[in-house]
Amino acid sequence: MVKKVVVTFPAGSAGRSLTYELIKKFDIMVSIIKADIDAGRNGKLVLELDADRERLGQAIDYMKQSGVDVSPLESKITYDSDRCINCGACTSSCLSGALSIQAPDWKIVFQPDKCIVCKLCITACPLKLFHSSFED
Amino acid sequence: MTKTYEEINDRIRKGKAVVLTAEEVSEMARTMSPKEILDKVDVVTTATFGAMCSSGAFLNFGHATPPIRMERIELNGVPVSGGLAAVDTFVGATDCNTANPTYGGAHIIENLIDGKEIILEAWGKGTDCYPRKHIKTRISLDTINEAIMCNPRNSYQNYNVAVNTSDRILYTYMGTLLPHLRNASYSSAGELSPLLNDPECRTIGLGTHIFLCGAQGYVVWNGTQFNCSKPLNDYKVPMGNARTLALMGDMREMSTEFMRGAYFEKYGVTMYVGVGVPIPILDEDLAARVSIRNSQIETFIEDYGDECKLKGKVNYEQLRSGEIEFMGKKIHTAPLSSLAKARQIADVLKQWIENGKFELTAPVRPMPVGTSLKGLEEKEV
Repeated sequence: MVKKVVVTFPAGSAGRSLTYELIKKFDIMVSIIKADIDAGRNGKLVLELDADRERLGQAIDYMKQSGVDVSPLESKITYDSDRCINCGACTSSCLSGALSIQAPDWKIVFQPDKCIVCKLCITACPLKLFHSSFED
Repeated sequence: MTKTYEEINDRIRKGKAVVLTAEEVSEMARTMSPKEILDKVDVVTTATFGAMCSSGAFLNFGHATPPIRMERIELNGVPVSGGLAAVDTFVGATDCNTANPTYGGAHIIENLIDGKEIILEAWGKGTDCYPRKHIKTRISLDTINEAIMCNPRNSYQNYNVAVNTSDRILYTYMGTLLPHLRNASYSSAGELSPLLNDPECRTIGLGTHIFLCGAQGYVVWNGTQFNCSKPLNDYKVPMGNARTLALMGDMREMSTEFMRGAYFEKYGVTMYVGVGVPIPILDEDLAARVSIRNSQIETFIEDYGDECKLKGKVNYEQLRSGEIEFMGKKIHTAPLSSLAKARQIADVLKQWIENGKFELTAPVRPMPVGTSLKGLEEKEV
């Protein structure tokens, strides 16, 4: 199964190689979706973890016991397409490619499965048509 | 061969005018000469739908009993001009209340056009002829007198592409500019844009009949910051933000389908304005001008992360491809003005003309020539 999680490191432990440990100890396929880590500061990783349920559970427990906070990627982005003017401003900030605009019709295409909930579209949209909400 | 406005209007009245959008005529020009286009086409419709901060509306509220000389006015809590006689105001698109910066003049205009009620609150000192000192009431387009959209600077001829080489995110009127050249933002309808199809304003002047936010409006003056001195490229297209139009129209004829209030993060309120301008094909020169293609329209790349320096140039075909190469990097490009809406406007205007609902007007005064732009000089006071 695939699970997206947000991993938050306390200051001081952001230097450790957590992804290496997850791969080595639990044989988990790890994709880093987003990383904001500086030594000496709080760090944040958005990870996609691919393994069976048991190993995933063990890995998450291990991370929690190691002093990092692990929470499911709790929010999703919703978009009011009915009010959209198709200006394209949101696509400018969407580096995951979830939002795109192109020929021939130049209308916004939103693919939620590609969204990494970076939330840049929320501020980029001049009509404020994007919102984040809790998933599940 | 040449044509006159009267000949074209006569064909419009008879339902015989041949009208194409600027995109359609650009495609036609791949296989036809300007002479053949002049022979076949009477009118080309151009359009744009973009964020245009220099917009607004004159409103006349009517007099209450007893009357008040409104010297300080708020609409839905947004302070607007109290400097226009007793019961007139000008709502600037970018007017806002700093306590709620995401809602402003453009949203008030949108709400009014949508038929919604707005809270009007006004204060005056009280005079012998206007004794009242305060009023608070609700207004809508049905209850007030005139509601005239008046936009001092719309429809820029061209606009620089915005990038950011700095190491921090920049929030600008060109949208969110990501650091280290992660994106490039452009704002023009390109080959569909009004002033790129008649770049010297041969047919666009004071009195030109246009589409404005769903209404039939007029060009009322040259736009402010009207600049004829921008460099021309090989196709005689001005590069960067050059000429502009001042536009007016009746808000009661408008639709929020073709205008919207907007807020750019950490910048402020602005207004998306839909403009459509018909270009009469009077001669071969105009037929050649409306045939311009995105690959022939160039603009400068402006670095908002480095004192807005101009650092390169690019054409609209490249910008529309979704990626440009600049300073050795491949940069994701995205528009800020809506091409889908601009096309819709060009089609509506085309239908109006084909159905005889819209005739063309010759300018009663041409646009200025030889203008350039002044900066603001700071003098000791």
